[in-house]
Amino acid sequence: MIRLKVNGVDRSYNGDPQMPLLWYLRDVLGLTGTKYGCGMALCGSCTVHRDGKAIRSCVTPMSALAGSNITTIEHLSSSGLHPVQKAWMDHNVPQCGYCQSGQIMQAVALLNGTPHPTDQQIDEAMAGNICRCGTYNRIRAAIKAAAGERV
Amino acid sequence: MSDILNISRRGFLKGMVTTGALVLSVRILPSGLLADPAAYAGTHADHSTLHPSVYFGIDTDGTVYIVAHRSEMGTGIRTSLPLVLADELDADWNRVKIEQAIGDARYGSQETDGSQSIREFYDAMREAGATARLMLIRAAAQQWNVPESACRAELHNIVHASPIRKLGYGELTLAAAKLPVPDKKELQFKPPSAWRYVGKGMVSYDLSHLVTGQAIYGMDAHVDNMVYASVEHPPVLGGKIKSYDDKAPLQVPGVRQTIPIDTFKPPHEYQALGGVAVIADNTWAAFQGRKKLNVAWDNGSHAVFNSDEFKKEMQATARKPGKAVRNEGDVDAGFAKGGKVLEADYYVPLLAHASMEPPVAVADFRDGKLTAWAPTQDPQATQDAVSKALGIAKENVICHVTLLGGAFGRKSMPDYIVEASLLSRKVGRPVKVVWTREDDIKFDYFHAVAAMYMKAAVDEKGIPTAWLQRSVFTPIPSTFDASATYGGDDEMGMGFTDIPFDIPNLRVENGPAPAHVRIGWLRSVANVYHGFAVQSFMDELAHNAGRDPLEYLLALLGRRRILDLKATKYSNYGADYQKFPIDTARLRKVVEVVAEKSGWGKRQLGKGRAQGIAVHRSFCTYVASVVEVEVTPQGEVHIPRVDTALDAGLVVNPEITRAQFQGANVFGASLALMGEITAKNGAIEQSNFNDYPVARISEAPGENNIYIVESNAPPAGVGEPGVPPFAPALCNAIFAATGKRIRELPISKTNLKT
Repeated sequence: MIRLKVNGVDRSYNGDPQMPLLWYLRDVLGLTGTKYGCGMALCGSCTVHRDGKAIRSCVTPMSALAGSNITTIEHLSSSGLHPVQKAWMDHNVPQCGYCQSGQIMQAVALLNGTPHPTDQQIDEAMAGNICRCGTYNRIRAAIKAAAGERV
Repeated sequence: MSDILNISRRGFLKGMVTTGALVLSVRILPSGLLADPAAYAGTHADHSTLHPSVYFGIDTDGTVYIVAHRSEMGTGIRTSLPLVLADELDADWNRVKIEQAIGDARYGSQETDGSQSIREFYDAMREAGATARLMLIRAAAQQWNVPESACRAELHNIVHASPIRKLGYGELTLAAAKLPVPDKKELQFKPPSAWRYVGKGMVSYDLSHLVTGQAIYGMDAHVDNMVYASVEHPPVLGGKIKSYDDKAPLQVPGVRQTIPIDTFKPPHEYQALGGVAVIADNTWAAFQGRKKLNVAWDNGSHAVFNSDEFKKEMQATARKPGKAVRNEGDVDAGFAKGGKVLEADYYVPLLAHASMEPPVAVADFRDGKLTAWAPTQDPQATQDAVSKALGIAKENVICHVTLLGGAFGRKSMPDYIVEASLLSRKVGRPVKVVWTREDDIKFDYFHAVAAMYMKAAVDEKGIPTAWLQRSVFTPIPSTFDASATYGGDDEMGMGFTDIPFDIPNLRVENGPAPAHVRIGWLRSVANVYHGFAVQSFMDELAHNAGRDPLEYLLALLGRRRILDLKATKYSNYGADYQKFPIDTARLRKVVEVVAEKSGWGKRQLGKGRAQGIAVHRSFCTYVASVVEVEVTPQGEVHIPRVDTALDAGLVVNPEITRAQFQGANVFGASLALMGEITAKNGAIEQSNFNDYPVARISEAPGENNIYIVESNAPPAGVGEPGVPPFAPALCNAIFAATGKRIRELPISKTNLKT
């Protein structure tokens, strides 16, 4: 039995301990905001927070999560929009939107650790998150806006 | 009238109930009409009090329901097309609700590709809006007993000036619904000065759902009682199962059964590929079970396909006379006159779409009917393909369209929905088929591999007097006719037959190439390789002449003229040539604008840096790009900036249009820098983003500036036409920076170290 917290709710899991968190979130809990993109931590679509840090849920087995506190896009803010989500809307970032849950979770983790990132810091932090629609310029602008910078 | 309810039909998408992002809810009809609660009962629009058109309805509470009949894959069409209707209706956008159509021929074409949604349906949306506006005006005029001319529409009300009075659209629906639908000839359209939304735009209707994880894609579709499937496909196209052993998969917790799927009978069209499906209680169990499958394959005839040899064969074909598709003057006589002759061979490999959401579908077969929920660009083609595969009537296939997590042409081919449908019938339950990324890369309908041969004789100023160009590529028609080796007129017409340069002696040819993998449409299609060859060769000729590429490009475009292509088979993207002719003045204009905006030749760029330019018309839109490149001494390519100018005629939604062209530049960067699919013994060698990389934030253009040229022309495409000029502009910039000419994509294959 693995006990963990997901979006503030205590959960226990006794299925296949090798099942990645991604599929537990999606198929078991029905939290579909977190996306499958590659299954190999190559694209970042599945990014969630574990104890406030960004992780790739597609390669994180349930066995590694005992006692963890997991936050997904659905629970990023308990009241309305998170400032990063608001910046994403202000800059019309999403096109198809499929990767954006992961992009936003990654950006929030970046800003939590680096409140005023440079372009280079943004590139380094976000390079693991692929957007095939090509919204990168707007992602960069939205991160800067969320960081309170003029862009 | 009964209440509007989100009925939870068996197999309803639970996410849709809770989020409303894409609510496929229906109004409950009198119960006697609905024997099966799962039956689809139409749109809110259908059941609204006033509904003069299949595209919308207005209910008594004033809510305007607009049907998005085209698929939303990120282009914003679910917003922009309804916006045209809302504008002509003079509706308050805040009181508009958009609902997604199922596949249904009554909407006209729902084939969401070819950058044609606005072009094809702009007039239909305006007519629909203007029709209801007139009916509402007539209803108000009757009520007030005044002439129609004394009434006008203003933001969801019909108003009368003197005495001042108004009636809301909702209040007028009952009376308006009793009036005859006016004839098209009676309609009056708003002058552009009165447009509220068109040309100004609106953010995506789904924006808040897209940033909060609430948007429902095919990957998120869920129906009660469904099981999950992962399919081991034949590694080589057309391969068949010799035998398989499923003992190990069946030991995996959660795996229920395995099901063989017959390999298609050629041509493959949109049929399922075949293979062995593992059915399980969740996605992970299905994936795990599949890894333990042991299948022996009979690979069949396409196992002869090896990319290295195939490339040589294609390049040899490109050097041989082909089928002429356009002739101007006398090319052979032109070359016979002598003078300097330049030749070049260009090559673009197979490419995969790699949309972030891989192919996925939920299908539920019961009582002789198939209901699907899927991210598809073409729900009517889905109906056709599924009905053929199951042997049921097309009207017994209900295809609900979810949001698409990217598509780029891949999801115009509904083979994965056919696969889910076949499996649901076998299992007797709803089945969700989930393709892994590896499935997506290996079993795509690939973008054609292409070899182009270019030859020009030039005068003393370096201007061509004779020009021969030949294109050889694995044609899309091979998907529908297994023996097809020549390109379609439409493929040849994508940046090749329609070459706009002012050259007296010109011949355009096509050579044959057999396809050993499935070939399909990818964002901007044949324009990718044709634009690369033509615009690169232009730059080669400019440097040969010692002339500035911008000045030379304008010289080649020549005097203002409308291209006369009557003597050739030119499909013009399905558009009327009178309405959408090829106008070289518009090509010149975008070139001039992008040159000015990019500071062409005027900025100090520093060591290892240079600009390159290219122009291309596709999907009836004119686009020029200037790419700035930095090539480091180690041979790394960085793209600090791209500037793109476009003339797409009337632009309905400018901000979304700019986003589309920014995205196209990034898409162009992916295919130019790093994209390549290869085959060995018929099997695709790449599998995921590690060996089929696409551009990341650090590799994409740093600045991505888009300029929309004001235009009175009718609306043309915006989703695809940004792609073609990027790769040649980048390669032309690399030549300017390094002196190294890239004639083969991706650029990563060329060593640029100095």
